[in-house]
Amino acid sequence: MNIIVCIKQILDPEIPAREFRVSSARREAERGNANLVTNIFCENALETALQFREALGDTKITVLSFGPASAEDSLRKALAMKADAAALVINDTISNPDPLTVAQVLATAIRKLGSFDLVMVGREAGDWGAGQTAGLLAEELGMPCVSFVDRIEPMNGGLRMKRQTDSGWEVLEAQTPLVVSITNDEHNVPRIPKVRDVLMSYRQPMTQWTLADLRYEIADDTYYEVVDLSIPQKESRCEFVTGDTLDERVESLARRITEVTSAL
Amino acid sequence: MNDVVICLLNPAGVAGLDRAAQGLAGAGRRLAEKLGSQLQAIVLSPQGPSPAALAQEIARVVDKVIVVDQGEYQPEVALSALAEVCSQVFPAAVLLGNDTYSQEVTPRLAYRLGGAAVGDVVEIMVHEQALRVSRQVYGGKAQATIELKRTPAVLWTRSRSFAPANRLSEPGDITELSLDVPLDTRTRIIERKRESQSEQRLEEARVIVSGGRGIGGPEPFNDELKPLAELLGAQLAASRAACDAGWVPPTLQVGQTGKKVTPDLYLAIAITGASQHMAGISEAKNIAAINTDPDAPIFKHCRFGIVEDYRKVVPLLRQKLIALQNS
Repeated sequence: MNIIVCIKQILDPEIPAREFRVSSARREAERGNANLVTNIFCENALETALQFREALGDTKITVLSFGPASAEDSLRKALAMKADAAALVINDTISNPDPLTVAQVLATAIRKLGSFDLVMVGREAGDWGAGQTAGLLAEELGMPCVSFVDRIEPMNGGLRMKRQTDSGWEVLEAQTPLVVSITNDEHNVPRIPKVRDVLMSYRQPMTQWTLADLRYEIADDTYYEVVDLSIPQKESRCEFVTGDTLDERVESLARRITEVTSAL
Repeated sequence: MNDVVICLLNPAGVAGLDRAAQGLAGAGRRLAEKLGSQLQAIVLSPQGPSPAALAQEIARVVDKVIVVDQGEYQPEVALSALAEVCSQVFPAAVLLGNDTYSQEVTPRLAYRLGGAAVGDVVEIMVHEQALRVSRQVYGGKAQATIELKRTPAVLWTRSRSFAPANRLSEPGDITELSLDVPLDTRTRIIERKRESQSEQRLEEARVIVSGGRGIGGPEPFNDELKPLAELLGAQLAASRAACDAGWVPPTLQVGQTGKKVTPDLYLAIAITGASQHMAGISEAKNIAAINTDPDAPIFKHCRFGIVEDYRKVVPLLRQKLIALQNS
């Protein structure tokens, strides 16, 4: 089976709110001193693919990224985690591409990579969090899509998967080719690559394309545009309940809770 | 202007609209008024005992209801059916809720209609003929305003955070539509399992009692937090750390990578309040916290709180609440 895992490099989402700045002119977060990391759901997707290969054997996993030249680091890490091949589409022209552009570029690259059975993407990215790549990619490729999957196993002539829903979970069966979006679960926590494999990853080949290599032309009619980006000032002053003893303070807390809930 | 359409996918066929459907209708009505157009509702594959009662209920808040019964909800067929009905209506905007099926279908529906999609919308505006929406980005650390450049705008919304719609004096028409959508068996849901504590979705809860890493294990969730939640008529929730530790099921997770909730009261117990978690509760009306650390970020977002070990507070709090309820 041929699996393509799309991954995105993002600004480290763990940076504390007090260090987070945005450029309202560029309508993007400021890099500051923050690291660039692979989006966690993309790593969950890769981990799910690696476990699938371990279970089934005879599976090739190609990681694909569309991003700045620095996204090579995310692909090298994926190779160190033991993906089989990597391809980078360098974005040297479009700042902050919209979800449809991303899906179109990825679809073009996927077709250029050759045949495949399964495309896996993360549920959403920790930066813009649009959560649209899987759906739009499926439409671009003319394939069905299953979202919020946390486990995939081979089944006679297809795949069986479990996905998370509002209130629990569902089991689905699907034929390939297929696009899935992956969410996190205790079973797909990304593995830590071995030091030796990290070193090795820098010696492995990596396909690199520009948008011109893909003959991708930017559409005239855009999908959407971010017109404002700001940091909301929503801090409120916390009223710490008072009292001389714990009993009095908890009494006061109970009263405040009852005030709010009985007003409903 | 063209109409606004709200979509209810696979809703429970019971009398009475849930808060999410009410909010969706409210958001749809206000947008339709701004556009000077009508509001329609598509009810796709309603389940349960009385889908007709549900349709009548929705007709009280929208101008036209289209009921499409495609049988058991299956994602690919649902998408094709929705795309077909929407393309007949030719809407300016299609609004959906934040349930799994709505989130999943939104970008694909936009694609099929030649429109553009945005998810997790908390505000919808009309700006010089164009639709603008706002949503949180960067894990709740920033707010973006996005202008849609294609029609229709297909939006899934944090519907409970929108005010409900007023009832109409004359209910809208109800039409049942049967579509000839080809069977698509490339994917099939073969098993559905509910795991939540009650029939109510966490997104619907008006009061939530939530525990974090500081709770320390599964037992206190069961022995301390659950009884407190029951006392308050609240739903139980948890932070990512508590879910990752396996203390409670992942369906209870609130945060950027979990549920986005909008209760009137969110009681955060032993939760630090990392921005990842706050992204899930930014639309909560009131946040209160119990935490040992007075500098915990959660207190910056709280209406009220107490700096104390929850082990001392919660048992006493239950006694006090019972006393207040009896007085």
